[in-house]
Amino acid sequence: MTTAIQTKKLTMVQAVTDGMRVMMNEHSEVIVMGEDVGRNGGVFRATDGLFDEFGGERVIDTPLAESGIIGTGIGLAMNGFRPICEMQFFGFIYPAFNQIMTHASRIRARTLGAFTVPMVIRAPFGAGVRAPEIHSDSVEALFTHMPGIKVVVPSNPYDAKGMLIAAIEDPDPVLFLEPMRCYRSSKMDVPEGKYTVEIGKGARLKEGDDVTILTYGAMVDVALKAAEQAESKGISAEVIDLRSLYPLDKEMISESVQKTGRAVIVHEAPGTGGLADTLTSLINDTSFLYMRAPVERVTGFDTPVPMFALEDHYLPNPERVLHAIEKTVKF
Amino acid sequence: MEEKYPKLQILDENGEVVDASYRAEMTEELTKDLYTKMLRARLFDRKGVNMQRQGRIGTYVPFEGQEAAQIGSAMAMGEGDWMFPSYRDHGATMTFGHSLKNLFLYWKGRQEGCLPPEGVHIFPPAVPIASQLLHATGAAWAEKLKGTDRASIVYFGDGATSEGDFHEGLNFASVFNVPVIFFNQNNGFAISVPIEKQMKSKTIAQKALAYDIEGIRLDGNDVFSVYFHTRTAVERARAGQGPTLIEAVTWRYGAHTTADDPTKYRDQSESAARREKTDPLLRLERYMKNEGMWEDSWLAKLEASLSEEIEAAVKEMENVPAAKVDDMFDHVFAENPWPLEEQKQNYSLVRGER
Repeated sequence: MTTAIQTKKLTMVQAVTDGMRVMMNEHSEVIVMGEDVGRNGGVFRATDGLFDEFGGERVIDTPLAESGIIGTGIGLAMNGFRPICEMQFFGFIYPAFNQIMTHASRIRARTLGAFTVPMVIRAPFGAGVRAPEIHSDSVEALFTHMPGIKVVVPSNPYDAKGMLIAAIEDPDPVLFLEPMRCYRSSKMDVPEGKYTVEIGKGARLKEGDDVTILTYGAMVDVALKAAEQAESKGISAEVIDLRSLYPLDKEMISESVQKTGRAVIVHEAPGTGGLADTLTSLINDTSFLYMRAPVERVTGFDTPVPMFALEDHYLPNPERVLHAIEKTVKF
Repeated sequence: MEEKYPKLQILDENGEVVDASYRAEMTEELTKDLYTKMLRARLFDRKGVNMQRQGRIGTYVPFEGQEAAQIGSAMAMGEGDWMFPSYRDHGATMTFGHSLKNLFLYWKGRQEGCLPPEGVHIFPPAVPIASQLLHATGAAWAEKLKGTDRASIVYFGDGATSEGDFHEGLNFASVFNVPVIFFNQNNGFAISVPIEKQMKSKTIAQKALAYDIEGIRLDGNDVFSVYFHTRTAVERARAGQGPTLIEAVTWRYGAHTTADDPTKYRDQSESAARREKTDPLLRLERYMKNEGMWEDSWLAKLEASLSEEIEAAVKEMENVPAAKVDDMFDHVFAENPWPLEEQKQNYSLVRGER
């Protein structure tokens, strides 16, 4: 028996809203808190309509204080609620870093599981939308390095909704990063109601034999374009959207690079200490003897994200990715 | 608390003098200077909004309605003093000596826009909220340690008072008795969040009480009130009498930024009504008319010369050569460490430059 699944065409930001709405309808303990998330519906409209639907006690315009949002969110989470805390931009999370590092991520460990923090921290992130200074940071590695918090990044509307629901259901804190460049870049059929996309699982977006491109977020599109260009040069590239940065999908990654023998990792975060370093270690640990070329990394530079006049130079583009692909093939 | 911290006025909304303490100093020269600088800021601001709409610059942060607060306070500062703006304070920074060209350049996404003219102590605008209060305190502390009589002024909004850095800034300044002016522009909204949801305290000035520093509240649309009361605070700072928290009550007419739509969260007819009633330029115009200082021909000439200055700055800004890619790499450290240098070289190879 098949059941017809109703779908709606949604952008990523609409899918995020829909995911919150589904969970708020299902669980009264799910609340949304942040700056301008109420009447204004969020600066990206991610909470559009939720204030009218659920009221100011569940969709909360907080005072302008990121540490306050996360700190009180921790107290709420430890005492029966499931707060979805919005950081207006990922680059504004730094005042809250102390709360996340010293409390949200380690209260379970400190109390041997007696207290937990089932909290989701949502944050728009990444460059490429001509935003003002500090608005474009990509510092996910600060959090993948942080014991006790999961880090996920959807790249399309379907994953955004399913992963957000999974994050809200997760018993531990989850940092849910939303690439701004993908917010309205495409629409997709998204199922109505509840479904989940499992945290920890990547997605193989394109099959290939010669090289594996590992990427996530707004760089998925860049990687796919590069893979297409490689195809025209007779190079068959496989593209994996990691989706979950902590934990990584070890099986999918190792299986793919063992097949292709080559890997190119693409992210817009600065190179040194970035996730590409962790991925290279994973490949080293799982697939060393299968490799036919050193792993290539195409990343942002070890510079602050420049103001937008230069941001296109900062961001990896298909040309840089293609250059890396060819380097692995010619090795 | 509203009684303890009354909203100090020198001119009322009709431009009538309600506090004559500074009457002798309210000369035609000073009045016209204040008006000129406010109009300059307003015309710049409107140009900024228009240029964003035309796609000639990126997101722009308007401040129309807050000219008296920004210009009056900036005028109270002296040569060698320090200024720490937020992203909405280019009215203050242009009055304190920033170049219009670089201010436009900033909104064009150019790092060079952060640079004030040589010798002018203006920090780049703080994009995070309230972080600059601590820098202003530190810079003023340095002046104190060096034995000068210089002070610093720092600008921030009503929302910033919720951040921890606001409280840390006030406390450090209090503990170390630092010559800093904490200049708050209370425009009633932190993007969409009205002040009643930001705090339960009736004034911002009263927050000074907790740190045992001077706190005053004033009509931020009365340029004389802003100028003279800020000047008094600066004099106290120079004399070693410590920091002052000034709450200038004002209003932003427009959006938070050009990417914001205020009709989503407030009735914009309020802004229209305030333009008629409490506008800072209109109030000074009324005063000038009352005092016989006003001539329409003076205004016409002034508008023409300011517009010319602003157009020239736009042209200058648009003639600035394209940003150099190497600038992204070469200013992160005094000398590029090897990973950065390697990235720079590799990128130029990909671009086929070297």
